Amino acid sequence: MTADFLVEMKQITKRFPGVLANDRINLQVKKGEILALLGENGSGKSTLMSVLSGLYRPDAGEIYVEGRKVTFKSPREAIDAGIGMVHQHFKQVDTFSVAENIILGSKEAKFLLKAGKVEKEIEELSRGYGLQVDPTAKIWQLSVAERQRVEIVKMLYRGSKLLVLDEPTAVLTPQEARELFQVVRQMTARGQSIILITHKLNEVMEVADRVTVLRGGMAVATRERQQVNQRELARLMMGQDMVVPSQKNPGQFGQTVLQLDRASADSDSRRPGLREITLTVRQGEILGIAGIAGNGRRELAEAIVGLRPISSGKILIGGKDVTNLSPLEIIEEGVSYIPEDRLGSGLVPNLGAVDNLILKEYRRPGLGRGPLINRRKAREFATRLIREVDVKVTGLEAPVKMLSGGNLQRLLLARELASSPKVIVAVYPVRGLDIAAAEAVHKMLLEQRNKGAAIVLISEDLEELLKLSDHIGVLYKGTLMGILPVEEAEPEKIGLMMLGSQPGGVMAS
Amino acid sequence: MIRLERRSAPSPAGLILIPLTAILLALLTGAVFLYINGLGSPKGISWGQVLAVYTGMLDGAFGSAYGLSETIVKAIPLMICGLGVSIAFRMQLWNIGAEGQFYMGAFGAAWVALSFSDLPVYVMLPAMVLTGMLCGGLWGLIPAIPRAYLGVNETITTLMLNYVAILWVNYLVFGPWKDPQGMNFPLSKPFTPAAVLPTLGNSRVHLGLAFALVLAVVLWIALRQSRWGYEVTVIGESPRAARYAGMNITKNILLVMFFSGAMAGLAGMAEVSAIAQRMQQGLSPGYGYTAIIVAWLAKLNPFAVLWVSVLLGALQVGGYSVQSSGVPAAIVFMIQGALLFFVLGGEFFNRYKIVCKGKTKMEV
Amino acid sequence: MTQEFLITILATAITAGTPILYAALGELLAERSGILNLGVEGMMLVGAVTGFVFAVRTNDPWVGILAAMLGGGALALVHAFLTVTLQANQVVSGLALTLFGTGLSGFIGKPYIGIPVENAFKPVTLGFLSDIPVLGPVFFHHDPLVYITYILVPVLWFFIYYTRPGLHLRAVGENPAAADSLGVSVYRVRYLYVTLGGMLAGIGGAYLSLAYAPTWLENMTAGRGWIAVALVIFSIWNPLRAMLGSYIFGGIDALGFRAQAMGVMIPSFFLKMLPYIFTILVLIMVTRKAMANRVGTPGALGLPYDREER
Repeated sequence: MTADFLVEMKQITKRFPGVLANDRINLQVKKGEILALLGENGSGKSTLMSVLSGLYRPDAGEIYVEGRKVTFKSPREAIDAGIGMVHQHFKQVDTFSVAENIILGSKEAKFLLKAGKVEKEIEELSRGYGLQVDPTAKIWQLSVAERQRVEIVKMLYRGSKLLVLDEPTAVLTPQEARELFQVVRQMTARGQSIILITHKLNEVMEVADRVTVLRGGMAVATRERQQVNQRELARLMMGQDMVVPSQKNPGQFGQTVLQLDRASADSDSRRPGLREITLTVRQGEILGIAGIAGNGRRELAEAIVGLRPISSGKILIGGKDVTNLSPLEIIEEGVSYIPEDRLGSGLVPNLGAVDNLILKEYRRPGLGRGPLINRRKAREFATRLIREVDVKVTGLEAPVKMLSGGNLQRLLLARELASSPKVIVAVYPVRGLDIAAAEAVHKMLLEQRNKGAAIVLISEDLEELLKLSDHIGVLYKGTLMGILPVEEAEPEKIGLMMLGSQPGGVMAS
Repeated sequence: MIRLERRSAPSPAGLILIPLTAILLALLTGAVFLYINGLGSPKGISWGQVLAVYTGMLDGAFGSAYGLSETIVKAIPLMICGLGVSIAFRMQLWNIGAEGQFYMGAFGAAWVALSFSDLPVYVMLPAMVLTGMLCGGLWGLIPAIPRAYLGVNETITTLMLNYVAILWVNYLVFGPWKDPQGMNFPLSKPFTPAAVLPTLGNSRVHLGLAFALVLAVVLWIALRQSRWGYEVTVIGESPRAARYAGMNITKNILLVMFFSGAMAGLAGMAEVSAIAQRMQQGLSPGYGYTAIIVAWLAKLNPFAVLWVSVLLGALQVGGYSVQSSGVPAAIVFMIQGALLFFVLGGEFFNRYKIVCKGKTKMEV
Repeated sequence: MTQEFLITILATAITAGTPILYAALGELLAERSGILNLGVEGMMLVGAVTGFVFAVRTNDPWVGILAAMLGGGALALVHAFLTVTLQANQVVSGLALTLFGTGLSGFIGKPYIGIPVENAFKPVTLGFLSDIPVLGPVFFHHDPLVYITYILVPVLWFFIYYTRPGLHLRAVGENPAAADSLGVSVYRVRYLYVTLGGMLAGIGGAYLSLAYAPTWLENMTAGRGWIAVALVIFSIWNPLRAMLGSYIFGGIDALGFRAQAMGVMIPSFFLKMLPYIFTILVLIMVTRKAMANRVGTPGALGLPYDREER
């Protein structure tokens, strides 16, 4: 083993119930390089890095840091060995200040917290890397990009030699992503190493020095960046050539179905979450909504489906005023909702497929008379839906939480689309799904569009929005910055709007 | 090397083994404390004597027709309260106020019995049942309102109301309801025969047993087969999914707490009518609290509630029967608490299995 | 109403509030670490009985306090094992603890009912402090256990907000995954503070049997453990507010007690209901306010932590 490897992982194996997440994976990182760890969702990237950062213990395999064998019993030991991980879901205490988050668990502070001293250190350190953070700000006040910078500073403060970034650009605008890559390059110039977890081929080509590709829990190849092209990477990642993405035919828009007229709503923290949103969606139209997390995406979805009260303005469905009707009344108007957190609100994790599929149907007379539900009819209903959308379930009564992300989403879609909805609100419908599963979901949404549904698609993935939408609107601080026809929506332009500039180029106040 | 591995589904053997092991361990815990305590004798006691205490308890609870009937008598209020507690728990409503709801049910029934003492039996008993259930239900509804509309922690409020209910009943039996012929004991006048629930033969086993059985069947059907039961299950499992699906959570919180309280109230009615046959202080030896253990041990299954109630009823009767040999009655509560501990701890083995490195798996 | 009467009421409020205060401080620590322990009532009762038994046997009330701490702590340790290691339902485990503690204390205490304790804690004066008009008799004519809280409360407050272990405690209660990812041992922190919480609840119980009553009676806590749990919510998890809240409850207790002496024509049963009804009202008010301001509750309260949960 040569000493120019900063970190070496050998034959790492990690099992979860029913899944072999990592299967004898080998991985090396050199000093001062950017290694891309490429793979689809579910290929084992995050698990492997959680093993490296001490969060999970491997079932088998060895890790070497600068040639010395190490076993991490906790993230702390990994941090002490110079390995820092920036998780996709930031590990931050929202109610703490930036400084408190950064010194948490660090050996710098002895017994007393010397806030002033630490804040100054953080300021100096972050300035050195061009990472702007205000150490006295509370985490909940920060934007997503700022929170990400806090995570990076946190690891630098602990003297990380290797920084693992888990899908860091997923939550950023194109502009912010570019800034991040600049910081990353600065770090490698100082001799630090980076592992960049990603499933985006262009990112690999843009910043990586080398790339290791994972597929189905195995490392299938490691290449120098100069020696590969996107096509080859795609083949390595998927084991086949690119899936032909579903094609969208030109829209046949009918009557206006969904209409928001200067609708405003509060966010959870009782501040304005949506400000005077006006938009219309017609039959057969997909309106994509872009925006950085915390700018009103979730609030918009919840306002439409009746889960968030409207403070002023109106919402109309098929011309009928549905402002502040109950969620049930809005469901009855033909609105389907594919929420952000499948297992958190879309499905009931501990119940079986039947009970989950009748979640909206159980009130209808088709499933039984009077106060009783006919369990046999419910099972028939569920079986039919499962067959229609091809969900792989272990049994009709087995808790759905054991299903894979793709199957969960199919189950959810099966239910939501069964009633031939007039309006569909879909939030991040393919988050966490692998390419084939994502493609299936996209196809189902496009089918609904072609059947005449009005669809609001809220997504953090610009590519997805550009692919599916007929129009794209951008939310910034709860305001709709404008709606563009998809032909005019270039990623750069959308990115700028996500950061607050009007489509005309004027910055919003 | 021994590690834990997450199970994808609970093992069927564990569903029986875990409660059995828990019962054994709880009894063992009781035995250890009995041994240490030594029953107050300065020389201490032998393990043989500890064993004798247990066989004495077993004999007291099951050893004779009388013991057996007394076990059922104790099990009846546990069954009815346990059913009430379990529907609240099913919705993650931690109603620990069954004790107070029991007392208020008894109060309501007693009020009818004492105030309208000349009613004929076929009017009297239904009126007592309805008033008792109404009073218990309202007592359950009081904490439900702030819970439903403001999210006020119902654990504490339901418990606080237990003390209030008991003080209220004590006020009555020490004050306005005190029987002038009762030699100053905290008792009301005895009920007229029309206000006493019929019993089975010469035993004290009363019509309350039928109430419990009917309730269990009704609840089982309601929870398993009805739209409302489905809503309760979904709300209990995931309030957010329930809201998402358009279910009215507020209404169901009020409804379930009312029913839960009404059942405890019914238990109170049955007890005051059939057993005490008058209002008195200390009507319940903690049935409302034991019902919590019943509900959890039964995994909130209505039929299991019936069996577990018999078991815990037996523990109570057994506990009384060995008091004469110096065993404090409190040992019953202690064993019950320990039982709940072990059942809770045992649930861990439903979710995990112990794996030895040599690939041999110890199924628990 | 005379000045003396007011002073007596206020001084009694402090003594009546002190057992609740100890228990509330303990629960506050446990909840700050993310573990809800509804077994306070049980731990107080066990503390009361073990404290009493040991004080009677050794004739030294301080040995009693030590025993109470061990008793309460041991019970809390069971709760910690169930909820932290075995990830059991915290509400149900707490209820089990209360039931078990109630039974255990009745069992242990049976031979001690009605026995007097020779060396109960007695008020001591603190020199010039006790001579200050009004304040002296209200605050400084108490037993040592009351004086200890005067120091303990500000120390805990400082500890929670301004020290490194305090930061770790708060972080584990707010977001255990974040704390864990930075090397703060979630398990160790939770075990530590749940156990400490039990020890404080034990002292609270022993205060009843060794200073307030001072005697042993079955179920002598009469719901004070539950009031302490409610107080923690009232305190917004801040020791200083917990102290204030305890004295308010103590005051209501004292008022009910004194009202009879003054010949108020309300049956004692209704006066005894006051603390319970007041607890409910306070909870409703605090919850309304908390909902408006979205402050307080530790983010991970009541949730088990499992590092490999996916």
